[in-house]
Amino acid sequence: MKSAPFTLSTPVNLEEAITSFKEGKVYSKLIAGSQSLGPMLNLRLSQPDNLISLRNLPELREVTDVGDGIFIGAGITHAEIEDKKILDPSSGLMASVAANIAYRAVRNFGTIGGSLAHADPAADWVNLMQLLDAKFVIVGPNGKREVASNDFMQAAFTTCIKEDEILLGLKIRKLSGKAKFAYFKFCRKVGEFAEAIGAVLLDSELGIKRAIIGATAGTPFLIKNIDAVMNGDSEAMNEALIEAGCHDEYEYQMHKTALERALIKVAL
Amino acid sequence: MTKIDLQINGKLVSFEGEPRTHLGDFLRETLNLTGTHLGCEHGVCGACTVEINGAPARTCIQFAASCAGYEIRTIEDFGDDEVMMQLRDAFSKEHALQCGFCTPGMLITARDIVLRLPELTRPEDEERIRNELSGNLCRCTGYQGIVQAIQSVLQLRAMKVKNDH
Repeated sequence: MKSAPFTLSTPVNLEEAITSFKEGKVYSKLIAGSQSLGPMLNLRLSQPDNLISLRNLPELREVTDVGDGIFIGAGITHAEIEDKKILDPSSGLMASVAANIAYRAVRNFGTIGGSLAHADPAADWVNLMQLLDAKFVIVGPNGKREVASNDFMQAAFTTCIKEDEILLGLKIRKLSGKAKFAYFKFCRKVGEFAEAIGAVLLDSELGIKRAIIGATAGTPFLIKNIDAVMNGDSEAMNEALIEAGCHDEYEYQMHKTALERALIKVAL
Repeated sequence: MTKIDLQINGKLVSFEGEPRTHLGDFLRETLNLTGTHLGCEHGVCGACTVEINGAPARTCIQFAASCAGYEIRTIEDFGDDEVMMQLRDAFSKEHALQCGFCTPGMLITARDIVLRLPELTRPEDEERIRNELSGNLCRCTGYQGIVQAIQSVLQLRAMKVKNDH
C-alpha cells in the first residue's frame, strides 16, 4: 500500500501553480488535502509522474461576500464548513452535509474543491452543489471562467476542468429565510460513500424548486418534472429514476426511497 | 529527494526522502515513533491517526514531504496530558482495548471528542459519540467499552467544571 514514485511541486501562489503546468511534459495531478487522491495513490489506482500541491495557495482559502452570493475558495476544508467558521450562503445546509462527510480526521484535511475535482458520484459536494446550483470558478493560463453546476461534472470522476486549469472556488447564491431543504443519504456504515442520495431545495422567495437523485453511476441528476414529482405523481417519479440511470432493481429502490424520504422531510 | 522541516512532539525535525513516503512511515521507520500504528494504509481504519496542527488526521494518506512547517503530536507526546491520562484510566477500567492495535488512534480521536464536544454527557448522546468514533475500527471490543470509557471521561470533566463553579 505504498504509492508509486512521483515528484512533488509545492507552489506558494496561484500564478506559480499555473506556470508549473507548463514545465515539462509529464503527467501531473493536483493535490490539496490528500484525502481522496491519497488513498488512490496508495492503492496505485492513480500513478501520476508529478503532484502539484495546492495546499499553500492563499487564493484558494478566500471566502468573500459577493452581493447575492458567497464565494467559497476551493481550499476550505469540510471541518471548517461543519464548524461554521466561514460565511454560509445556505442557512446551515452546507454545515449539516459537511458534518456527515467521511470522518472528522478526514474532514480536517479534505477540501471542498478537492472533493469536487475528484468527482466521485457518491460524494456529497458534487451532489449538493448541483442542488444549490453553484457556479464553479475555474482558473487557467488564459484567466478565469465560470461554469454552471449542470456543466461541471461530465461523468463519474470526470469534470470540465482542463489539464492546465485549477478549480478556484464556488459562487453560491444566498438562500432566503424562507428556504426549506432536506438531504438524505443511505450509507451502510457511518462515514462511507453513499449508496443513494435524495435531496430537495425549495425557496419560495427566490423561486427555487430543485431536487436531485445522487450517488448514481454518473452525474448528479437534476429532476426536470419537479412539480409532478412533488405532487406524488408515481409515473413522473419513475421517469426521473429511469432517466437518472437507476435501471437495476436494487439501485432503483434505494434511490426512490432516498428521494421520497427527502420529499417527506421537506414537506414537514 | 525532497527536504522539509516540521515539528514533531515539540522538536524540530527534518524530513529528507522520497515525496511518496507517507507521514506514518516517516514516524515509524525513521523516527522510531512506533506508537502510531499502520492498518489499512488507505485512510479507512484510523489506526494511524495523530494530531496535526491541533486536529486529528490520518498519517497514511498524508505525504511527509507536504507537511512543511506542520506541528505534529503522536501518541508518545501525550504522557502527561490531563485528558489523555483520564482516558487511559477509563480505557483500562472499561476494558476498552484487547489487542491494542487500534488504541493509539482511538485515544487521539477520543481526546478530540472530549475536548471538542464536552456537552455530550447525557446517556442519549451515545449515538453521537458512536458516529464521531466511526472512523476508527476496532475488531476486539465491539466498541461498548470504548464508548463507555469516553462517556465516563466526559461526565468526569463535566462534574469537575460544575464543582469548580
